[in-house]
Amino acid sequence: MRYLPLTETDRAAMLNAIGVSSIDDLFDDVPESARLERLIDLPLHAGEMEVERDLAAMASRNTAAGSVPSFLGAGAYRHHIPATVDHLIQRSEFLTSYTPYQPEVSQGTLQYLFEFQTQVATITGMDVANASMYDGATSCAEAVLMACRVTKRHGAILSGGLHPHYSDVTRTMTRFGGFDVQVQPPDLNGDETLESSIAGTTACVVVQYPSCFGHISDLRPLAAACHQAGALLIVVVTEIVALGALTAPGDLGADIVVGEGQSLGNALNFGGPYLGLFAARNEHVRQMPGRLCGETTDVEGRRGYVLTLSTREQHIRREKATSNICTNSGLCALAFCIHLSLLGGEGFARLAKLNHGNAVLLAEQLSDIPAVEIVNDTFFNEFTVRLPQPAAAVVRALAAKKILAGVPVSRLFPGVASVDNLLLVATTECTVQGSRDALVAGLRGELQ
Amino acid sequence: MTGRGDTATGNRGLNLIEPLIFEQGQPGRSGVDLPDAPTVKDRLGACKRSEPIDLPGLAEPQVIRHFVRISRNNYSIDANMYPLGSCTMKHNPRLNEKIARLPGFADVHPLQPVETVQGALELIDMLARWIKALTGMPAVAMSPGAGAHGELCGIMAVRAALEDRGDPRKRVLVPDSAHGTNPATAALCNYAVDSVPSDARGRIDLAALKNKLDTDVAAIMLTNPNTCGLFETDILEIADAVHAVGGFFYCDGANFNALVGRVRPGDLGIDTMHMNLHKTFSTPHGGGGPGAGPVVFSEALAPYAPVPRVVHGDEGFELVEEDAGKAFGRMKAFHGQMGMFVRAMAYMKSHGADGLRQVAEDSVLAANYLLAELEDILPPSYPGPCMHEVLFDDNVLNDSGVTTLDLAKAMIDEGYHPMTIYFPLIVHGAMLTEPTETESKESLDQFVATMRALVERAKAGDIQSFHDAPRFAPTRRLDETGAARQPILRWGGGYAKDAAE
Amino acid sequence: MSDVKFTEEHEWVALDGDIGTVGITDYAQDQLGDVVYVELPAVGAEFTKGEQAAVVESVKAASEIYAPVSGAVVEVNPALSDNPALVNESAMTDGWFFKLRIQEPSEFDELMDETAYATFVEDLD
Repeated sequence: MRYLPLTETDRAAMLNAIGVSSIDDLFDDVPESARLERLIDLPLHAGEMEVERDLAAMASRNTAAGSVPSFLGAGAYRHHIPATVDHLIQRSEFLTSYTPYQPEVSQGTLQYLFEFQTQVATITGMDVANASMYDGATSCAEAVLMACRVTKRHGAILSGGLHPHYSDVTRTMTRFGGFDVQVQPPDLNGDETLESSIAGTTACVVVQYPSCFGHISDLRPLAAACHQAGALLIVVVTEIVALGALTAPGDLGADIVVGEGQSLGNALNFGGPYLGLFAARNEHVRQMPGRLCGETTDVEGRRGYVLTLSTREQHIRREKATSNICTNSGLCALAFCIHLSLLGGEGFARLAKLNHGNAVLLAEQLSDIPAVEIVNDTFFNEFTVRLPQPAAAVVRALAAKKILAGVPVSRLFPGVASVDNLLLVATTECTVQGSRDALVAGLRGELQ
Repeated sequence: MTGRGDTATGNRGLNLIEPLIFEQGQPGRSGVDLPDAPTVKDRLGACKRSEPIDLPGLAEPQVIRHFVRISRNNYSIDANMYPLGSCTMKHNPRLNEKIARLPGFADVHPLQPVETVQGALELIDMLARWIKALTGMPAVAMSPGAGAHGELCGIMAVRAALEDRGDPRKRVLVPDSAHGTNPATAALCNYAVDSVPSDARGRIDLAALKNKLDTDVAAIMLTNPNTCGLFETDILEIADAVHAVGGFFYCDGANFNALVGRVRPGDLGIDTMHMNLHKTFSTPHGGGGPGAGPVVFSEALAPYAPVPRVVHGDEGFELVEEDAGKAFGRMKAFHGQMGMFVRAMAYMKSHGADGLRQVAEDSVLAANYLLAELEDILPPSYPGPCMHEVLFDDNVLNDSGVTTLDLAKAMIDEGYHPMTIYFPLIVHGAMLTEPTETESKESLDQFVATMRALVERAKAGDIQSFHDAPRFAPTRRLDETGAARQPILRWGGGYAKDAAE
Repeated sequence: MSDVKFTEEHEWVALDGDIGTVGITDYAQDQLGDVVYVELPAVGAEFTKGEQAAVVESVKAASEIYAPVSGAVVEVNPALSDNPALVNESAMTDGWFFKLRIQEPSEFDELMDETAYATFVEDLD
């Protein structure tokens, strides 16, 4: 078997050195009733050729988003990833290395984590960022928990513009901790007012920027209202490329910024692995969850990097840790870092402008279709479309015609009748005129 | 020894000093060519960005050089063995990478209509079936993002089940040898952590455990084999005792590599267990992540498993994303770590039932071989045999002036990443060593020879070389105290000091 | 003139009138290694004897510090935020943590004196 180097001769020699006659002797501690004498009922080993054939056949039963006109967003976005990114993350030293707990032999990982932390803090307008978490939704939940620790309060208000997976995950992770998490009704028009809900028990208000429906709100009044009441403003960014065109949340008064970094460097991958971003203010750094990489020097005065402030974490603080998190999204963070290094600040702004421009063009084309209405005044690269009939059926019909028309809002908010006719449509720099035309033609064909 | 002072550049042969990207940027430079944006009236509203973004501009050749150079400062399993106990640093097959990158897996949006992603759902379903078969458990939640996330999933299901019974209870029992994620997870679920001591055999003290078991105990969290590399011989009795008081048995599956194909945790009486796909099932560690942590459940806990779930419908596979029943909630956006599922599935199909059983046998064989070859000079903390990992401590270094940390740093100079040190906490100066099944006998012999040489040198009193180690790595020992006292967590940001200055 | 007593958790408390200054002993700082941060209580916080009042962190460990006697915090050491190394350099004087207005003087009398603490530490090793 190609991954197992030990030969029968090796095994015999090793058993001899150990002083037992058979491998079974080394499993003596297993209770007899639990010892499997036969192989488990699963297929036997297979060579690369067969495995590839079987799994490639499975892959071919999926429609790749890049192979058809595709307008899906809602928290995961199809961007163009430069060839350099995937090439570099497959280097042995990045792909197959362990967590950098022994810094002297992990300076590669530690240096890119330091660069990643700087990039995230820069684009979010915050002081400090961690070395990543599992995804945007769990980062959001962790931010709420952190806000409760910092303010010593237990209430959280979640905007109706927050992605429902994010509010579900936040409610789940806070479920048993005695927290009071209030989710506002879906903010379809981007006109909710949260200020009046802030109370003396509110630890934080969580808003998404742009919202789940694409609306972009000026967060400054809300930030002021939060701070007035002693609460923290948590801003969630699910499409990180938006920060190339919008004011950084930190500059609008955010206390914690979390987000999903998948758009940079990371393929869609049917939902994972993705990349949780988490950024905060210096004054709260010791309450942050997740790994932190810091700069230092070695005994010869050479600059180097180490994981630091580890007493926040589970392996030291155990039940008093700021989180139970151990693994981060290392390789996904590296991909993000490489992509953003290639773009640079000017390139990032150009990428965002291109995304927005394509979305504006598409919105104009769609609004020409009778009975189709663009709900949004403001948007970045995703907006809400009101159709004259239920969107889910339209999307399924167009999928059969090889057009991935967007995400029906009913998929995100099942059982909420008022959203049935709504469709979330996203574009990126990948969207070409031919795809826009195909969507428009397809919709015209499907709508009565 | 490295860098400074020897050469004009500070470089040493193939080892090149590489500054941060922020120290290399130039305006007007980018590594990505983009088409011009269409000229439109923007719809960004009042928050349109007005400031430029302060990130450096580099061209593609510079970016490649930057990351290639810093990559050279990293140890990796592709280069040499990691003897890291509790991590299962096995070879990462490249087939996994190839399959994961097929457009039909990589370029698929999670919210595409299910008719267009039947192959993806089929793969998740297939992996789920393999996991259930290997563990002997009837249900599995695929969505947790990593091991600790899986622990949270398991304990949340326990609490949800108990609350459903009207009896949430207050405490979770955790051995004193447990990984830190265990008590941290229990605390997140609002359980008090009650630590159970280990006995002289390195196993959990059964009498002490039974003494603490009462109807206030929601669950026990046990790792098996435990963090000393030993099989918990009383496990059936432990399971019975926990069930007798109406509690649940959570098993930390980090050490499943010792059991896969030879023992099913379901036959040991567990109620829930997380898998670490990045340990037992070869998905790459990637410098710290991503991982994946599916969780198996007993019949009693299955109804409480989180959404989403992949199910067979009338017209093929479906995704249940909202649960009107007892699911305790959602752990992650979307459906789970699909990229890691594909890699793990490729690995499992490659090994098959026979290969996976061989994995457990070879990993246990390798650890016991190390024990046998080292025990005259470095006795294990507990008498053998061990399972897939062997625990040493610093007793042999007493009076030598060399600590476990010094020994670890000296290993670096010898070309090895150190084993897991100072964990578990129940022995002094712990050195937990797990070779895995993907090391050749030659590799194991070389490791043994290195460890023997180091221990001999320590006992012979060559203290200075240990205190100076490492001398040959890209950096010497780093000032972790300074990094914690004056945290510099980004370029250009000063110290991250909290509270008023 | 203040009277100094010790706890089994290696805290010292120096009593001056009804104000007790609390810190950790030299033995404790040596065991901990380099102190990187001290989490101090808020002024005004009240503790009963044995309740956790502070946390002292080294790179690899965090140790709870317990109130050796019951009281209310009247002052915390402002120097520790910028210079936690004071705990290592002068644990028994400049590296003090907080001052309590004590409520029950008899609690102080129950603690170990310097000789008793020295014996206690010897027995540990």
